Amino acid sequence: MTLDSKIPAGPLSEKWDRHKFNLKLVNPANKRRYDVIIVGTGLAGASAAASLAELGYNVKTFCFQDSPRRAHSIAAQGGINAAKNYRNDGDSVYRLFYDTIKGGDYRAREANVHRLAQVSVNIIDQCVAQGVPFAREYGGLLDNRSFGGAQVSRTFYAKGQTGQQLLLGAYSAMNRMVGSGQIKSYTRHEMLELVMVDGQARGIIARDMVTGEIERHSAHAVVLCTGGYGNVFYLTTYARGSNATAIWRAHKKGAFFGNPCMTQIHPTCIPVSGDHQSKLTLMSESLRNDGRIWVPKQKGDPRPPADIPEDDRDYYLERRYPSFGNLVPRDIASRAAKDMCDKGYGVGKTGLAVYLDFSDAINRLGEKAVEAKYGNLFDMYKQITGDNPYKTPMMIYPAVHYTMGGLWVDYNLMTTIPGLYACGEANFSDHGANRLGASALMQGLADGYFVLPYTIGDYLAGVERKPIANDTPEFMEAEKAVKERLNKLLSIKGKKTVHDFHRELGLIMWNHCGMGRNEQGLKEGIVKMRALREEFWKDLLVPGSDNELNQNLEKAGRVADYLELGELMMVDALERKESCGGHFREEYQTPEGEALRDDDNFAYVAAWEYKGDNQAHQLHKEELEYEFIQRSQRSYK
Amino acid sequence: MSKFFEFLNSSVGRKWLMAFTGLFLCLFVLVHMSGNLQLFKNDGGKAFNQYAVFMTTFPLIKVVSYVNYLLILVHALNGFYLVNKNRQARPVKYAGAKSDASASWSSRNMGLLGTVLLVFIVIHMGHFWREFHFVPMEAKQYITKIGEIPTEGTPFDTVITIQAKDFKEPRHYTINQQDMSGRMATYEVVELKDLYGEVAEAFKSPLYVAFYVLAMIALSYHLAHGFQSAFQTFGIRSKTYAPIIKGLGNLLFAIIIPALFAAMPLYFLFIKH
Amino acid sequence: MSGNMNLTLKVWRQKNASDTGRIETYPAKNISPDMSFLEMLDVVNEDLIKEGKDPIAFDHDCREGICGMCSMYINGRAHGPNKGVTACQLHMRSFKNGDTIIIEPWRAAAFPVLRDLIVDRTALEKIQQAGGFVSVNTGSAPDANAIPVPKWNADEAFNAAACIGCGACVAACKNSSAMLFMSAKVSQYALLPQGKAEAKMRVTNMLKVHDEQGFGACTNTEACEAECPKGISVSNIARMNREYAAAMLAGE
Repeated sequence: MTLDSKIPAGPLSEKWDRHKFNLKLVNPANKRRYDVIIVGTGLAGASAAASLAELGYNVKTFCFQDSPRRAHSIAAQGGINAAKNYRNDGDSVYRLFYDTIKGGDYRAREANVHRLAQVSVNIIDQCVAQGVPFAREYGGLLDNRSFGGAQVSRTFYAKGQTGQQLLLGAYSAMNRMVGSGQIKSYTRHEMLELVMVDGQARGIIARDMVTGEIERHSAHAVVLCTGGYGNVFYLTTYARGSNATAIWRAHKKGAFFGNPCMTQIHPTCIPVSGDHQSKLTLMSESLRNDGRIWVPKQKGDPRPPADIPEDDRDYYLERRYPSFGNLVPRDIASRAAKDMCDKGYGVGKTGLAVYLDFSDAINRLGEKAVEAKYGNLFDMYKQITGDNPYKTPMMIYPAVHYTMGGLWVDYNLMTTIPGLYACGEANFSDHGANRLGASALMQGLADGYFVLPYTIGDYLAGVERKPIANDTPEFMEAEKAVKERLNKLLSIKGKKTVHDFHRELGLIMWNHCGMGRNEQGLKEGIVKMRALREEFWKDLLVPGSDNELNQNLEKAGRVADYLELGELMMVDALERKESCGGHFREEYQTPEGEALRDDDNFAYVAAWEYKGDNQAHQLHKEELEYEFIQRSQRSYK
Repeated sequence: MSKFFEFLNSSVGRKWLMAFTGLFLCLFVLVHMSGNLQLFKNDGGKAFNQYAVFMTTFPLIKVVSYVNYLLILVHALNGFYLVNKNRQARPVKYAGAKSDASASWSSRNMGLLGTVLLVFIVIHMGHFWREFHFVPMEAKQYITKIGEIPTEGTPFDTVITIQAKDFKEPRHYTINQQDMSGRMATYEVVELKDLYGEVAEAFKSPLYVAFYVLAMIALSYHLAHGFQSAFQTFGIRSKTYAPIIKGLGNLLFAIIIPALFAAMPLYFLFIKH
Repeated sequence: MSGNMNLTLKVWRQKNASDTGRIETYPAKNISPDMSFLEMLDVVNEDLIKEGKDPIAFDHDCREGICGMCSMYINGRAHGPNKGVTACQLHMRSFKNGDTIIIEPWRAAAFPVLRDLIVDRTALEKIQQAGGFVSVNTGSAPDANAIPVPKWNADEAFNAAACIGCGACVAACKNSSAMLFMSAKVSQYALLPQGKAEAKMRVTNMLKVHDEQGFGACTNTEACEAECPKGISVSNIARMNREYAAAMLAGE
């Protein structure tokens, strides 16, 4: 099978408009004869569901939470980028496009990223019209802040709760359609299998998480908006429920997996405090606008941070990257922190932390102003650590936060399975090897509001307008497979809980496929992963049954999938013998320790095809053509 | 009109009804209390008894008082309805609720306080109001010298008791007769039902006084929450005015009014026996 | 480890919606003060599973205080003793060695218990679906800066919109009223020009559903505000009362 990215021809800035014109349309009267299933109701899912329902399609949404509003998009703090140029500081669609491509270390598609930058302006308009309370200036117009990887102020925000407000906006749009009957919302439902009929995605098998009932749902198209798969790492900033099951099931049914090794480690998270820890908490990147990152110049300096004089502090980001300073992209900031800690300059009990200091900002702007900007983040930090960041610097350390990889999709966001789409973090799309801050919200909403509603029609226009039966052999078989799998998990009755396995899995991933990766480590990791997987299926202990609310059973299914996905991530990382963005292979670095890309051999998207259990994945390469941008060594100095 | 009833039947509308009737009753309590201050006058109960007649005969006041009885009924019935409905909203109670940590005692016990007050009102009206209206009662004849100021001796003010069976209706007339010095003078004669005497008699019982004081404590707590709460229900709330409404409301309705009301039985029990 | 605590948990256990449920007692041993409350429950659950018992089911997801999934009544308070935090942000340093902790689900007729500490909050969804939106189709929006919004309004709208829909207000209210929840949404839109057009319809429809779902009426105890992890103000309820009366009583 050859990959066709379906990128339209023509000048960069006209590609999307031309493409929209060329896409087939579904007659308004016919739209109601098509059913679309949307799995996941975060920014991408909720916005897609609302927009498709507004168009007249019958939409069914599925989420594992008790409400679409709880999707983890809600936790995004900092903001959303848009090329509005309200600041008159030289921003433009092209500059946002350029920054995003460069930020992604030249591993994203030009056409996709340009489209993203183009529709970014519509997103802000849409959200404001929905009543999203963005921060405003006294004149009543929208305020902006700056974010990592950009030298213009283009980030729109709502205090430290931008993701929440945008999600609630999309959720409200969705609610309107639920109220009108155009969307049927299934909550506390988890998709456990994709159903294919004649090689096309035609439905899903879902489990009612309250009763345990297995349900068959059919549709003319299935859209996966289930977010990223970072929870493979166990300790992450993801929600505990975030999982890869939907995309992994789809992958095993034929959807290629794009760039699985591309994970983002966020530089400003609260460090780990002990073994009991269940998740890591992110402190918005916006903190780097006013906070200065430093470590003591002397290793193991025992003095409290406030007592360490200016001369004994190493503001290493400002020193190494004078022009971007504390606002370098995330991969660079994270790696620099790891680098300093590895060299022994780390602070705190574990030595795995650096200071993020606001004393300058407090002196310059006053505590009030700092509180107005970051108050909720400071409160959160205090709540978790017991330290007061107004008085003593925060301690931060990088943590897994986002996955740039995901299901491979073409320009229409369709996976390699006809009728199966992936939007938002679930696809590999627009961020290349590293995502810039405030771009995840942008991409999720761009996909859901402004891309999918056009592109899905092109597919549906060619699909027969009759209801899809959900009792065909394909559905019955998929349902049976799901039930068998659940029974298998319950029947092992071993000694280790699913949390035990998840924790071990996370450790393997973090040690072998974390911020720094190398050939030997990855190879060892793969061996360990296979052993753990084997142990899992022999020694897992899941209490209870499958016909009740059973949180351990839910999680067991997810961890089973991580155990396979984790291996693919390491296989991909091993295959990519270069460093780029979030993927840092220690063998490939510049003399200064920066990522060293290999454009001659690795300027491609790795799309992995599943070939069967215990069979090696097959690699397909989508070469990345750069027509408009000159690739260069990324520099933020 | 149906919209109006839909409003009244909604949870917010029922609260409006509580607030509206409650505020009217606050006003009534204020007037009632100021009127009753006549009890403290050292005039043999004349002012108080006059006030009692005025309140029960003046047409406008009469209308208002019947409205008042109606509103008490509406307030109470609606209150019972809401308490019951709100109980149904939580069929299973918490085993370890620490409600005092988040809300004041009075705000959580309006139903209880209201019930105490309703019982009080029934007893109170069953006693004074019923007897005043329907039961023959001793009356007083207040004779006061008017017109000419006496030059010597004390003013000739006399209070004469009239037996209940001899009293028909309140009268107000003047007579001319000799005063103590033998000079002719004009006297004002007022004949009134002696509610004051009833009150003074009733409040000789410590148990009865205790019940009244208890009821006034209930009133204090009821209005501490109720008065300011009504404004919240009407949506009259701003950062600037909320503390003022709360502060002044509490001072007047939760402290001054119940305290003065409670002072009346105590006055008769301990001071004026 | 030194400083670790031993606690006694009294937890509501209920197999499913039709089970009657009861409080059961479990020890929580060797609990670090740095753990979050939910991490403490994780530890207890791991022990229960290994002892062959059913772990305690509780809702949780983001574990950083924003998704609104976690919902438990801890020692008689919604989300526990600390102000302005959800159960997932409550840390064990707020408790002492030897403490007994009572853990119950949200209690309301509108929130039936599904299992143990998990309740069904679909009733809140229904309120939102009745009017918690601005009717604007994707693609039909004017430029974001076309309508200036006074900063005060934008900030107040934001403060109202900060609601995470956890239901603590309902749980803390003696009447199980969802007025704070609903009024936050009504207020957010009432304060913004974008929401004005359908303000009347919104508040009437939302209140109708609120009452139908079996939530109680507000009696202004303000327990909701005191227990709200996001500090949503009861002034939103005042605004909603105003909006509702204006919508229902104004002549047409």
